[in-house]
Amino acid sequence: MAPLVLVEYGDYQCDQCGDAYGMIKKIQDDLGEQLKFVFRNLPMTTVHPDALSAALAAEAAALQCKFWPMHDLLFENQKELSDNHFEKLANRLNLDMNLFDAAVKKTKLKKRIEKEVEGAIRSGVNGTPTFFVNGSRYQGDWSFAPLFNYLENILSEERMSY
Amino acid sequence: MSILECGVIAPEFSLPSNLDRNVTLSEFRGKNVILAFYPADWSPICRDEFTLFAEVLPMFERHEAQLIGISVDGIWSHKAVVEQRKYPFPLLSDFEPKGEVSKLYNVYRYHEGTSERALFVIDKKGIIRWSYLGHMGVNPGADGIIEALESIQEGAENCAPKAV
Repeated sequence: MAPLVLVEYGDYQCDQCGDAYGMIKKIQDDLGEQLKFVFRNLPMTTVHPDALSAALAAEAAALQCKFWPMHDLLFENQKELSDNHFEKLANRLNLDMNLFDAAVKKTKLKKRIEKEVEGAIRSGVNGTPTFFVNGSRYQGDWSFAPLFNYLENILSEERMSY
Repeated sequence: MSILECGVIAPEFSLPSNLDRNVTLSEFRGKNVILAFYPADWSPICRDEFTLFAEVLPMFERHEAQLIGISVDGIWSHKAVVEQRKYPFPLLSDFEPKGEVSKLYNVYRYHEGTSERALFVIDKKGIIRWSYLGHMGVNPGADGIIEALESIQEGAENCAPKAV
């Protein structure tokens, strides 16, 4: 089990989450197996009209074991979010389109996202992106260096406690 | 003077709003009310308190709570921000006399001439059941509000009403 678990509450249409995407990729590259990254949905639908559909597309891709590739494609193509666009991305990932189309319309997926939103709110999440490290809210600057140093410090403490 | 606290009768007010009419606190008697005082319209979007509250509105509504935002901005600023950000709840203008209602709740920043960032949960009888004074630049989140509403729903009678 990875000693570090980084959870992000994010919105696929949020610009700052788009900025965080690249930063997290770099952290993942640098920390490798020591880091488990978890993405949870907090679509801000009143200001980001395509955020919920994007979240549904990612969750639908998850049903075909392609969550992370879809998550990545969504953030790499943030300016083009729309229903047509999600279909194109699903095609690019060679998803079964019948299953994908049926899944994005499923109430069950929407309810799952609603539960994640409720979980976020109850944890005190106040916007996107919000990060938790090993269960504690990360209140610091979430640009690369401060977050990376924070994670490295936790790793050092873990090593010293052995 | 500190922010009004649990047990105090919520001071009545009537303020202009983006709805082209005055909004009065007592019109919501029989429902819980969440008052969100804030310094100014137009804070950065992804961390915006009201963008978050708009997402949480179904949870507030399940607890029969009406959310109201109050700042010293004029109604035209309120109308513009609501139009752009689609907030589905009223914003009230504590503009004239400036900050009068914020002062009633002890959440007026005299030096800056704005409201504090503060939250109140008022029960169906008009009693404040929870209040929170936040930091100016920080979205306080909705977890405190949800916990207060749940405690009301569970029948908690923690605070005896006190005169203001």
